[in-house]
Amino acid sequence: MAHEAQPEQHYHDPSNVTNPEHASHHIVTPAQYAMVFAALLTGTALTVVAANIDLGVFNPIIALGIASTKAVIVMLFFMHVKYQSHLIKTTVASGFFMFLVLVTMTLSDYISRAWGLW
Amino acid sequence: MDSTIANPQVGHDTAEQEHEHVFVPQHRHHFATEEQQREAGSFGMWLFLLTEIMFFGGLFFAYLLYRNWYYDAFVAASNTCSVPLGAANTAILITSGFFMALAMWAAEVRKKKTLVITLICTMLFGFAFLGIKTVEYHEKWVEHHIPGASFDVSEFVNPAAYGLHAQPLAPDAAQKTQLFFFLYFAMTGMHALHMIIGLGILFWLLYRAQRGDFTAGYVAPIENFALYWHFVDIIWVYLFALFYLVNLHPLAH
Repeated sequence: MAHEAQPEQHYHDPSNVTNPEHASHHIVTPAQYAMVFAALLTGTALTVVAANIDLGVFNPIIALGIASTKAVIVMLFFMHVKYQSHLIKTTVASGFFMFLVLVTMTLSDYISRAWGLW
Repeated sequence: MDSTIANPQVGHDTAEQEHEHVFVPQHRHHFATEEQQREAGSFGMWLFLLTEIMFFGGLFFAYLLYRNWYYDAFVAASNTCSVPLGAANTAILITSGFFMALAMWAAEVRKKKTLVITLICTMLFGFAFLGIKTVEYHEKWVEHHIPGASFDVSEFVNPAAYGLHAQPLAPDAAQKTQLFFFLYFAMTGMHALHMIIGLGILFWLLYRAQRGDFTAGYVAPIENFALYWHFVDIIWVYLFALFYLVNLHPLAH
């Protein structure tokens, strides 16, 4: 009897994730992917050029900076993090934060082992 | 499949009556909507990728530490890696990732033919990457740069004899180049293993894609595999920077 009262207008089908009327699901277009692709190739060229210039202590910093920029671009667009819910965004961020915590703790161990002996 | 929905809320929930539900076979009954199912799937996939970050992270940390401890050996060993081959492989892997992203789009807009073609392109570039990697591994084999009994330090102790302009290393320091090559093979090898597993999964996805499984509203396997494939890309971006690039201009002591 419930379905008899159901009007046909305002049709919304939450079980169909690729339905175009589904606002919460964002479909990234090929043009956007092409821009991301071009940005990644540019980053690759840039990092090779930068590595061939003697920048002293800045060589590794720039190489890792460009690598991280590329990684963030891949995650935001290719991996759709930009269009995901807060749950997914927080999950991704917490993973990298946890990794940095572990690196910091392990490094502080190695740095402090011979403390005062040099 | 026996996952066809028997809605547990029928007759109890007025929300159920607000809109028509069209139940699709891939929708598991323990999820209220397929949106919820999809988010749970993405969440699970990301949790898996976080364990992968921790796994590779340990290796990256080992690289960071030993590069600081045995800086000269890491510089000398690193500069035997071919930057053109590494750069070509980076571009190839990015291209593979681009086609995987296009495959995701093709599944979402339900273009079966495009999906199949883009999956094939993803695989071709994946195989090209492994091909170049094989050439590089073979080079290491020929030069006796594989850690172990047949490892040869003479190129690092006496670079002039090999026509190289690198600074010669003391024999004990030269032995530490094995640590670099150990990490090189461990990290690029684990990365390559991830690629091989990914290519295996791609064959299966391709089979199902041409059957039309992913172009009728059900994209989760394509979406979650794309996350995996892009993650493997990201790992390579860091491997390229660390193994090929950062030591081209060593610091003077």
